Amino acid sequence: MSGAALGAAVAAVLPLVYLVIRSFERGWAGFADTVVTGQVLALLTRTLGLVVGVVAVATTLALPMAWLVARTDLPRRRLWTVVGALPLVFPSYVAAFSLVAVLGPTGRLQQLLARWGVERLPDLAYGYSGALLLLSLFTYPYLYLLLVAAFRDLDPALEESSRSLGIGRRRTFFRVVVPQLRPALYSGILLIALYTLSDFGGVSIVRFNTFTLSIFQAYQALLDRTVAASLAMLLALLSFVLIFAEARLIRGIRPHRTGVARPSPPVRLGKWKWPATTLLAAVALLNLGLPLLTVTVWGVHAFLADNPLTGPSGQSVGVAAVRSLGVAAAAAVVAVALALPIVTWAVRYPSRLGRWVERLAHSGFALPGLVLALSLVFMSTRMARPLYQSLTLLVVAYVVRFLPEALAATRAAMVTVSPHFEEVARSLGRRPMAILSSLTIPLVRPGLLAGAGLVFLTTMKELPATLILRPTGFETLATRIWSNASEGIYSQAAVPSLWLLVMSALPMYWLVIRPALAPRKSTRAMGDLLEAIGVGEAE
Amino acid sequence: MLGVLLGCGVEEGPDKTTDPVLIYSGRSEALVGGLLEIFEEETGVEVQVRYGSTTEMAATLLEEGAHTPADVFLSQDAAALGAVSRAGLFRELNDEILSRVPERFRSPSGEWVGVSGRARTIVYNTERVSLGELPRSLQEVGDSRFRGRFGVAPTNGSFQAHMAVFRALHGAEALDALLAAMARNEPGRYPKNSAIVEAVIAGEVDWGLVNHYYLWRARKETPAAVAENYFFPVGEASGFVNTAGAGVLSERAEAHRLVAFLVSETAQSYFARETFEYPLAGGVDPAVELPPLTEVASASVDFGEVSAVFEETLAAIAASGLVQ
Repeated sequence: MSGAALGAAVAAVLPLVYLVIRSFERGWAGFADTVVTGQVLALLTRTLGLVVGVVAVATTLALPMAWLVARTDLPRRRLWTVVGALPLVFPSYVAAFSLVAVLGPTGRLQQLLARWGVERLPDLAYGYSGALLLLSLFTYPYLYLLLVAAFRDLDPALEESSRSLGIGRRRTFFRVVVPQLRPALYSGILLIALYTLSDFGGVSIVRFNTFTLSIFQAYQALLDRTVAASLAMLLALLSFVLIFAEARLIRGIRPHRTGVARPSPPVRLGKWKWPATTLLAAVALLNLGLPLLTVTVWGVHAFLADNPLTGPSGQSVGVAAVRSLGVAAAAAVVAVALALPIVTWAVRYPSRLGRWVERLAHSGFALPGLVLALSLVFMSTRMARPLYQSLTLLVVAYVVRFLPEALAATRAAMVTVSPHFEEVARSLGRRPMAILSSLTIPLVRPGLLAGAGLVFLTTMKELPATLILRPTGFETLATRIWSNASEGIYSQAAVPSLWLLVMSALPMYWLVIRPALAPRKSTRAMGDLLEAIGVGEAE
Repeated sequence: MLGVLLGCGVEEGPDKTTDPVLIYSGRSEALVGGLLEIFEEETGVEVQVRYGSTTEMAATLLEEGAHTPADVFLSQDAAALGAVSRAGLFRELNDEILSRVPERFRSPSGEWVGVSGRARTIVYNTERVSLGELPRSLQEVGDSRFRGRFGVAPTNGSFQAHMAVFRALHGAEALDALLAAMARNEPGRYPKNSAIVEAVIAGEVDWGLVNHYYLWRARKETPAAVAENYFFPVGEASGFVNTAGAGVLSERAEAHRLVAFLVSETAQSYFARETFEYPLAGGVDPAVELPPLTEVASASVDFGEVSAVFEETLAAIAASGLVQ
């Protein structure tokens, strides 16, 4: 068992090791020549500029929205709570092409306004503004979900003490409430930042050149792949720095609890009810109404217009859907099968090695899909020939990338199961494997299922690794959507998008949104789970 | 098991002889998909295609080296063929294939063969500009009288190859000067050739640097388009005719058969008719009104040399500020 765990951990870090080797193939000087240039600096500035912008806008959206649904008497609060999180069901490339198709210079909106003489809309949907709009509108839910849980978790006693000491409502909010939200804020911001760093499909459709997109372009347009490898390594380093920074920020924070938690009395909005509802509705119109309408209208249109089931490549969307389902199911099964021994080892037999194995298995968390794919290409062409361009390697990539999701879900279930059950079974003479299969697995089954579901979901939407690692001729829903959308053939992109949404919406609701909004979860456990989910989501 | 589950069209397995011929294609499915289907029907040989950009496919081949699973490389331009050839990955083609194509459009060592010709031209809007106002050479494109009036696609492979030829003939400094002058002129920047042609027809810019056949494709959609092609009257690098071509990467007879098919009359008239390119093999004429290849002023270029400066050319384009 520990052998399997060890093997999985090694497999998870091996690609990264090979990426380093490939980057330094021409020595330090060669690496420095590629990386220390004005262009890379400009790229870094541009990417970080986007990260800062997205974090700022997403926080500006998430904080008031979470407060409204968690702490006020907003009408239809429950409905709005879920609506605020629903944009999570859209992969960034689907969101991006909806945005461009409607808000682009000559998009649907312009066509509607044409009768009033509007010939062209400003170029908002492309470039920095497009990427900013896209990523903040569709990533704020990570922060929002964490903040909703944090707001619900707050002990009202602290605020009451503050007020009773004569401190005003506003100062109490910033001096007492906000500090308690810090863990949620930091985790949420980390998720959004990592998502922005690793997003590939979205920024490529709105044409904003970030680090990830430049790596892809270097991979496609340069004969020498060392450049792509070096840039990819730099990006992985950047992700590690962010994760490390967040861990340092959170480490010092202790939860303040005074006694038994009780729900805070809701703040009365009074005449602010309607402006608040308008804000929520406006956001939902942009990040829910707009993509849903685009995909549905075009999907139905394509369905009625001509043969909707075959694309330009002659392969049916149905085949692509079956393949998406197939690889996703395979990745889910393998990920859970690996997560179980790793977590069992780390939780039940605490040791330095076990902890390290669990940590290493989390590598996928910091590796953007594109970076992971490149390193696997380099590794397999040199060291694992038979795996090159094989389905197996694609599934390996998914497993490495999304293993943290399975680990988080399994761990959450494992820590609630008392080790005493297993001790009793052992004292009654049961063998370890029998205990695992007849006792531990049934007890942690909900966690395993949730983990499998999450891996399944994120694999189905994964784009960059699929594009690069797929066997020749292997098209999934994600690659179909992306190739059509980046060619501007939106009606052809809408049909596979509909399939993908239909297949992922329900599991997304049951596995992510519903548990995240369930009352009485500790913020930190939620944070861990969401962290795993969130980064897995980023494409 | 997984293979069976997901197989549908993806062949895997050790039985090499029944494997389809694996093509790495830098030419898009829209351009060659139909032609490859004809090959399959005619010969009963099955093909499997991995599509990508020409440079991406060439880089993949260089990364894979001698172990590549690919049997044939179909390239959009000659520089990429030159790069793969320099890496020693191509097998020599037989004389029957080579003799069908003029020497100018194939590798001197017989490692790859041109299958269609793509002339660099200027497409111009006939209502906004007259023939006499157009630049007579590539160098003139940098002239300040053209400021803001033309379009380029600096990230497009055809433009990059054109610049590589310029560099091979005129040197690094001349290229830097040309790119700088072009960038100073603040041209419209487009992602690809077809976007330039659309912009010219729409009057967004007066003219643009493109390949000759995009105009004909645009005419298929809008027959009344107010645009014409203009071939540079001065040779050297300006009026460069690029070669889309193919080379064989494995010992398989079917691979050679495929390349032979590409220079056959069937395939050559397919290119003439469907892609509006210049057929290169003997006896087939262009399907649209084009000046004969022998009259197009074009430099004779050593493609090996072009591919040798390709990387530096890309770096020069990136550094020139032409991209953004």
